[in-house]
Amino acid sequence: MNNEHRPYTLIAELTYRCPLRCPYCSNPRDFAKHENEIDTDTWLRVFHEAEALGVVQLNLTGGEPLLRDDLEPLIEGAGKLDLYTNLITSGIPLTFERLSRLRSLGLDNVQVSIQSTRSSLSDRIAGAPSFSRKLDAMHWVTSLGLPLTINVVLHRENISEIEELIDLAERVSADRLELANTQYLGWALKNRAALLPTREQIERARTVAAEAKARLCGQMEVLFVTPDYYSEYPKSCMEGWGRRFIVVNPEGLALPCHLAHTIPGLRFEHVTQRRLADIWHHSAGFNRFRGEDWLPDPCRTCDRRTIDFGGCRCQTFHVMGDAGMTDPACSLAPGHGHIESARTQASRTTGTSVRFDYRTARGYASR
Amino acid sequence: MTLTTVRPQLSPKVRLRFDRQTGRHLLLYPETGLELNDTATAIARLCTGEWTIDGMVDHLTRAYDNVSPDEIRREVCRFLDVLADRGLLQRLS
Repeated sequence: MNNEHRPYTLIAELTYRCPLRCPYCSNPRDFAKHENEIDTDTWLRVFHEAEALGVVQLNLTGGEPLLRDDLEPLIEGAGKLDLYTNLITSGIPLTFERLSRLRSLGLDNVQVSIQSTRSSLSDRIAGAPSFSRKLDAMHWVTSLGLPLTINVVLHRENISEIEELIDLAERVSADRLELANTQYLGWALKNRAALLPTREQIERARTVAAEAKARLCGQMEVLFVTPDYYSEYPKSCMEGWGRRFIVVNPEGLALPCHLAHTIPGLRFEHVTQRRLADIWHHSAGFNRFRGEDWLPDPCRTCDRRTIDFGGCRCQTFHVMGDAGMTDPACSLAPGHGHIESARTQASRTTGTSVRFDYRTARGYASR
Repeated sequence: MTLTTVRPQLSPKVRLRFDRQTGRHLLLYPETGLELNDTATAIARLCTGEWTIDGMVDHLTRAYDNVSPDEIRREVCRFLDVLADRGLLQRLS
């Protein structure tokens, strides 16, 4: 077993269906074209094959995974494989009874997203009334003794609430608070002008988060994910292509990341057609950006190539039109001007009201 | 982590799991985990809320008779600090 390419985490996107319509949704823009979902037995087989391949962490996500009525057998199956099972949810539609059942079947951790600490803004960003039910969900998680992660996607509309977000997480006794700046792909890229914060907003939030992290050390983990639009170097996206993560999407397509199949010319395979181990080790798509042979200049000779692996392939494709280039978020990249102009635009539009293009199935008629 | 009366206990969010791929143990928690060496695994197994740090050191000194008690105490405290910093020990009430 080559430990350099060992998947530790399976991200199971159980469905693209979701009651919310967040304008930065990580599902592909054409999610509505892909409404077929693999069944319970197929998922259980995928869990089994993933565990044999080295996976120890299972993220059940979507869309909204609670919309699957087979979450119970899936969590039970994951528990039998001794996987650490994390439910990533909007908190809707959840009941105390169902959560209690999921816990008894072996659920290890629950991650609930919130959009803002203010009910009206939270509902506006989510595109649906949801805030009060999210609060209920968080209380149910902790009252059942389950560890709670709160995830907040940060952008210019909510980033100034950073103190209130930390305060809320403390009040509900969260174990972990993820303050994750928006990753500008898919829906978020479409809404970038409305979402991208200014440098001043980022710096202030980073400082407040760092203080909270130090103050709460050992009690609550505070994670601040810097937006790569304001970093000198790109993210180590997925900790390297086909290196630590496998995503299986609702249709059963096995992928190195949530959006890898939006890059044209790459070939990915379905778990219904080939064993996961074969896909992981041998499929053209998983091998396309592994290792160093594919690296372009200036990554090829850069000391950071083993840290960031050239950055995010999807971002590179969607900004530059060529997935094989250096991530434009890198200050050394030939395409960095695209990121600089987005930052300039963000600094000019402070104070103006924004309109979101919400996630919608429009344009992709249901079959 | 120097109080001799403290009885460290792993947080409920933590799971110790044998890793067939490496033959080592992993301490799993949300989103990530720690790969443990044999000593760390032995210490983690004693974080049940029943053992004081002195008790852990005595117990491990008997198990590893080629290592001095001072060295074992250093290892125990160092590893407990790692756990505490990551919030992997039950909070003291």
